[in-house]
Amino acid sequence: MIEFKLPSLGADMDEGKLLEWKVSPGDTVKKGQAVAIVDTSKAAVDVEVWCEGTVFELLIEPGETIPVGTVMATLLEAGESPETAKRAPRAVLLPHPGPLPRAGGGGVVSGRRRISPAARKHAEELGVDIETIPGTGPDGAVTLADVEQAAAEKVSPARTAPVPDKAAEMRKAIAAAMSRSKREIPHYYLSEPVPMRRATEWLAQANAGRPITSRLLIAVLQLKAVALALKKFPEMNGFFRDGAHQPAAAAHIGVAISLRQGGLIAPAIHDVGEKSLEQLMRDLTDLVRRVRAGSLRSSEMSDPTITVTNLGEQGVAAVYGVIYPPQVALVGFGRVDEQPWVENGALGVMPVVTASLAADHRASDGHRGALFLAALRDQLQEPENL
Amino acid sequence: MEKNELRAVVIATLKTIAPEVEDGDLRADRPLRNQVDLDSMDWLNFLIGLHEKLKVDIPEADYARLVTLGDVLDYLEKKLK
Repeated sequence: MIEFKLPSLGADMDEGKLLEWKVSPGDTVKKGQAVAIVDTSKAAVDVEVWCEGTVFELLIEPGETIPVGTVMATLLEAGESPETAKRAPRAVLLPHPGPLPRAGGGGVVSGRRRISPAARKHAEELGVDIETIPGTGPDGAVTLADVEQAAAEKVSPARTAPVPDKAAEMRKAIAAAMSRSKREIPHYYLSEPVPMRRATEWLAQANAGRPITSRLLIAVLQLKAVALALKKFPEMNGFFRDGAHQPAAAAHIGVAISLRQGGLIAPAIHDVGEKSLEQLMRDLTDLVRRVRAGSLRSSEMSDPTITVTNLGEQGVAAVYGVIYPPQVALVGFGRVDEQPWVENGALGVMPVVTASLAADHRASDGHRGALFLAALRDQLQEPENL
Repeated sequence: MEKNELRAVVIATLKTIAPEVEDGDLRADRPLRNQVDLDSMDWLNFLIGLHEKLKVDIPEADYARLVTLGDVLDYLEKKLK
């Protein structure tokens, strides 16, 4: 029996609300398949399973808000059958933040009424007596929808639940993650002006021969250059967990994408170092489109090994970022600007971008950080090798 | 295509990327990307949208000429003739 738990969807998310199951008991699922849609303060996320199996029981109902790590469903492994599998207790793993239900002869926990903790809590909030609600769930269980239906029938407009303010929720989530970062991570900051003539000329030439639908952006070259530089500096890549840096084998780069309505998300493009610029451009286009549409995958949210932010678009010369825990570094790019530049003893004009590194001093030192930025600069001088 | 009609297509395309845009708030003589907060990905998608709706080619070398809404309208009008 496999327990399918709500995965962590980033440092700033500790709970999610199940919107929809995309599978039913009896369905076979493949590794990486999206099985549920969970709403977070940032986006509706397609939650993927990481093993093969057959869906046995769905333990959470749409509408319930559950903490990360909650068992959402059980899956049968190959060889298991529904007859031999043990049924999981229904949603009893949920912590109950409200007052504890009366134990003993009080009735509500006696098993006469089956009701999920979320539905019970909601009933308390709405002032609905659960004993009076007809249950439409399995074995007559009272569902969240039943509670809402009963509350609607009571018609008490003064007690309707407030509509959650999405923007305020996101602000709170960002505040929590960034406060944790600044509390726990001893940041150090470095910056380096990177000449961009070769990269911009190479890009102009490459794009001249392409239809508009397959043109590349300079951001894609920057992402690939970061990934290649990371291969030589693994201490900038991965997570700081349990008191130690755990380097990551691949560069899954979180790309900071701002939302038009405010706030930002930094989901990952996977294996950036192994992908062609064309593939990265397609991935980036797709990611930005889905971020703006509010539709992401759980793997993108949970596993960025480093973040890249580009605030040059907003016209700033440089950005010094706040590391997104448990990552250990963040690379920032400012705007590409023409600047006076001395080369071979002669003063000329050069397109230049300021690349910056915010890194975790527990995982690396400034010396290595400086070498990393130099490697990044060198990568961008050979655009044809990106 | 009439100028009004062309303007409507351009604004509609812009709204697919920046839904908050109000036609009346846009100044035709000010840089569009400053007024609407478009990053390079948004800008590229805007041009791809115009390319697909109007069947015009927009070489990257011409991007520098497309600064204001007025520039974009003039450019497209010439291309469509």
